[in-house]
Amino acid sequence: MAKPISSLKDIETIAVGSRPPGRPDDSGRGGRERPPSLPEGSYRLAMLFALASIGMLFLGFTSAYLVRQGLGGDWQPLDPPAILWANTLLLLMSSATLHRSRAFLRREAIREALWWLSMTVALGLLFLAGQYGAWRQLAARGIYLDTNPHSSFFYLLTAAHGVHILGGILGLGYITLRGWRRRLILMGTPDRLKHYDALVGAAALYWHFMDGLWVYLFILLFLWR
Amino acid sequence: MGLALALVIGLITLGTVILFVGRFWWFPEAISEHGPSIDRQFMLTLTIIGIAFVLAQAALAFFIVRYRRRGEQRASYWHESPRLEVLWTTITAAVFITLAILGQRVWAQLHLNAPPPGALQVEVTAQQFVWNIRYPGPDGKFGRTRTELINDVDNPVGLDFTDPAAQDDIVTVNQMAIPVNRDIHVILRSKDVIHSFWVPPLRMKQDAVPGLAINIHFKAVKTGQFEIACAELCGLTHHRMRGFLLVLPEPEFQKWLQQRTNL
Amino acid sequence: MTQAVATHAAPKSFIRRYIFSTDHKVIGLQYLFLAMVAVAIGIVLSLYMRLRLAWPTERWPLLAKLFPNAMAGGTISPEFYLSLVTMHGTIMIFFVLTTAPLGGFGNYFLPIQVGAHDMAFPVLNMLSFWVTLAGFLVLMAAFFVSGGAPISGWTAYAPLSAVGEIAGPGLGMGQNLWILSIALFCIASLLGALNFITTTLNLRTKGMSMTRLPLTVWAWFTTAVLALLAFPVLLAGGILLLLDRVGGTSFFVPGGLIVSDKILPHKGGSPLLWQHLFWFFGHPEVYIAILPGMGITSHVLSTFARKPIFGYRAMVAAIFAIGLLGFLVWGHHMFVSGMSPYSAIAFSLLTLSIGVPSAIKTFNWLATLYKAQIRFTVPMLFALGFVSIFVTGGLSGIILGQTSLDIPMHDTYFVVAHFHLIMGVAAIFGIFAGTYYWFPKMFGRMMNETLGKLHFWLTFIGIYAIFIPMHVMGIAGHPRRYAETAGFDFLAPLQPLHVFITIAALITAGAQLLFFFNFFWSIWKGKKAEVNPWRATTLEWTIPSPPPHDNFGPQTPVVHHGPYEYSVPGAAEDYILQTAPPAPTKA
Repeated sequence: MAKPISSLKDIETIAVGSRPPGRPDDSGRGGRERPPSLPEGSYRLAMLFALASIGMLFLGFTSAYLVRQGLGGDWQPLDPPAILWANTLLLLMSSATLHRSRAFLRREAIREALWWLSMTVALGLLFLAGQYGAWRQLAARGIYLDTNPHSSFFYLLTAAHGVHILGGILGLGYITLRGWRRRLILMGTPDRLKHYDALVGAAALYWHFMDGLWVYLFILLFLWR
Repeated sequence: MGLALALVIGLITLGTVILFVGRFWWFPEAISEHGPSIDRQFMLTLTIIGIAFVLAQAALAFFIVRYRRRGEQRASYWHESPRLEVLWTTITAAVFITLAILGQRVWAQLHLNAPPPGALQVEVTAQQFVWNIRYPGPDGKFGRTRTELINDVDNPVGLDFTDPAAQDDIVTVNQMAIPVNRDIHVILRSKDVIHSFWVPPLRMKQDAVPGLAINIHFKAVKTGQFEIACAELCGLTHHRMRGFLLVLPEPEFQKWLQQRTNL
Repeated sequence: MTQAVATHAAPKSFIRRYIFSTDHKVIGLQYLFLAMVAVAIGIVLSLYMRLRLAWPTERWPLLAKLFPNAMAGGTISPEFYLSLVTMHGTIMIFFVLTTAPLGGFGNYFLPIQVGAHDMAFPVLNMLSFWVTLAGFLVLMAAFFVSGGAPISGWTAYAPLSAVGEIAGPGLGMGQNLWILSIALFCIASLLGALNFITTTLNLRTKGMSMTRLPLTVWAWFTTAVLALLAFPVLLAGGILLLLDRVGGTSFFVPGGLIVSDKILPHKGGSPLLWQHLFWFFGHPEVYIAILPGMGITSHVLSTFARKPIFGYRAMVAAIFAIGLLGFLVWGHHMFVSGMSPYSAIAFSLLTLSIGVPSAIKTFNWLATLYKAQIRFTVPMLFALGFVSIFVTGGLSGIILGQTSLDIPMHDTYFVVAHFHLIMGVAAIFGIFAGTYYWFPKMFGRMMNETLGKLHFWLTFIGIYAIFIPMHVMGIAGHPRRYAETAGFDFLAPLQPLHVFITIAALITAGAQLLFFFNFFWSIWKGKKAEVNPWRATTLEWTIPSPPPHDNFGPQTPVVHHGPYEYSVPGAAEDYILQTAPPAPTKA
């Protein structure tokens, strides 16, 4: 810990916590996968609370949506751009691949787990591209943020969700990359593997939540009238 | 130190009580029918919380003096008494809930009941920093208004004169006359931001929210001229948004309206 | 629960150690110092406001030097007055009352009091502080942009806050910066709250069961949960408001508005929607500010009464009840807003129910003093002051919580008096109690007792002199946020009270200089502090002052006792450390 932050790894070292006494940081051998001093389940617990918080953000948006819709008047529901269905499918698939990855991880099939993890990240990126496509389709129809309240909410909610997906991609991408770089160490050390699994587990919780959140937003925006 | 603190708490309590009992500054006299009920509920609540205030501060002061450190004696190891806790929880809950329920009576009368039939309708349209008052005129109907026609010089509420009902509407600025002893139904609107219609002697305060028409009703029982203040921050000269409420005997009110019709 | 056997060496570089530190203690101090800067600014702004109210036409060429643009000509103009209102409220509520008790003391002492070596996620913790600081700087920047700081108040009611500069000065760039600042603050609070919650639940040391947690920890924990659930809603509202301002949307702005003779293009939005979102956050925020103060007060009262806190479980239950009910009462800010009068009744009943757990706390504090051996140290004086002020400020809530009484009282000085006492001054007294109490632990030196007592007396008497008269001004009908009384005949008789309050405020503010002086003087020159100068029981008093980088070193503390074992019959001393061996000591 005496070193200044020089890379993401260092930040992670700090985030994971402190080292046992008398064991200096032997980063030369990739020793950072050492079991953390954080008790098991802390990532998961913190993630659950973080999701509660994110849930409140979207609850705030939802209540605004319902109130605004209730005012009627200029409310003109949009037809969903067709591409949204494909996007939804992509995101659901990404949850499935992530789920599969964790199953492999639990069986200590690390290579397979990392492949499926990478697939999840790729699907996430495709989803974001698809959402951008949906914006383009709407814009081509002449529908923008300020066209009518429903379009305002469409752009707002997809953007807010997209930002969270982007965060998820960065997180998952980082975890995946780290997994690839250290998979040999992970294979040999059950403790480190367990820690890695806890990280992936917390990320998965987030990802499935974002997946479910999208389905919810999709229903709110287009199916629930 | 303990004595001094107890003394200061005692003096502060005494000063507070004197300030509230002496009523050097207080409510203006109520001029509305519902005003005295609000004042009574206020006095009831104030009495109860006043007693609670004095008792709590006195207990604090007393304990501070009585249980200040004396020598090396140990404090009592007493830290639980379920019976006592249940007792004071129940008492506070009963008092607070009773007050809460009593506090709804005037509210229900003012806000849950529709304005009585035959009430005089007055529309109050607030704008940065003016009160526009409109009467429906002899036909008893408010005429159509359109935003595009609004003009601060001669048409502040945007009356559409192609509507026959609009032609006899009476519009005044910052001057609101009402007859005494008659129900008044005020329709509150705003042209720009949120304002709040506040006449202290009337014990009536209600926000005027743009996009909404908010209905309130009251009856003034005393004549005189009173100030209308804005109670919701509305911009630069919020503190000078002054109108006048003229409570007149019915004949004088009719004369007042007549004068404005002829203008 | 956990046995975190770990120690870390302190980082050697100055920057990693004191600036971008991940040490919860350094971060706690950073929060405290930020709050001290913020409170100094907030007090100065309030004095400008007070001067304007007492002597509205007076010129202050010297004071104008601080704000050369806003005070051109040397007078405090109404628009400057309103931006002072906005900035004073925003700075105090976010960057003082939320930052100091939770970010400051919570960060510093929560990990130590639960026996952890650091927060669960130290990097998040560091980020949380730096984002808070960014939020503060953005807010300050509002003073320096064209148009100045916003004039829409800390509640930023739409449409005033939503339609831009045409509605008034400061509502252009200044308002945008305000929203940005609040958004940053929301995000920072979430990061902080996650740490508080995870640390409390997962990093407690051996033997530190939930029922052995000091009440301070319970208060910080509950506060963190409130922050976690309330701030996102404000963030949602802030985003919508910003979109209305810059994106051409109409969430809060209705159609057909005419501002400064211009018809606005918006249509169909709801101004009340903003108020609902704002107060859904805003009411829990009151408890975010005051709960840590309650925790500190309980802690300090017990220590210096040399008695266990009365009704520990009831205290915890009351904290929870207040937190929970806090989410169900936001509508009492909106009785006269045009909201449904039926829901107003429901909100009113729920609001008065909050009085019950608050009363329980007061009773329990008094019962803690019963048959005590009170030591009148400076922290104890402020804790006793807290109880007195909490009672005074809380009771007026029984008036404001009633729908019918809120009609005359709403948005008058009665409200100003009420919330300043209960969430401003009471919370500040909690902060002062905490500062005087923990200073020896944080800096290894004692604060000067005489100066501290003088500070207490002036502050205690001063704040009553300021805020008690405000109640009667409210009863007389004085609306808040008025730059002067000259516009109305019925306000003229109240002007002497304004002068009185301003003089009281000047003296009280001056007394705070004693505190600042005492604080900084004692850091370097104070008397050396022992490990446990107050003979208190909780874990922070078992480790050196100031605590080492990893708090407990290689040893992990093991807890055997509750947090408030004072004057236990038969014990050798009149306090038992939480880590003392379990065997009952024979006298």
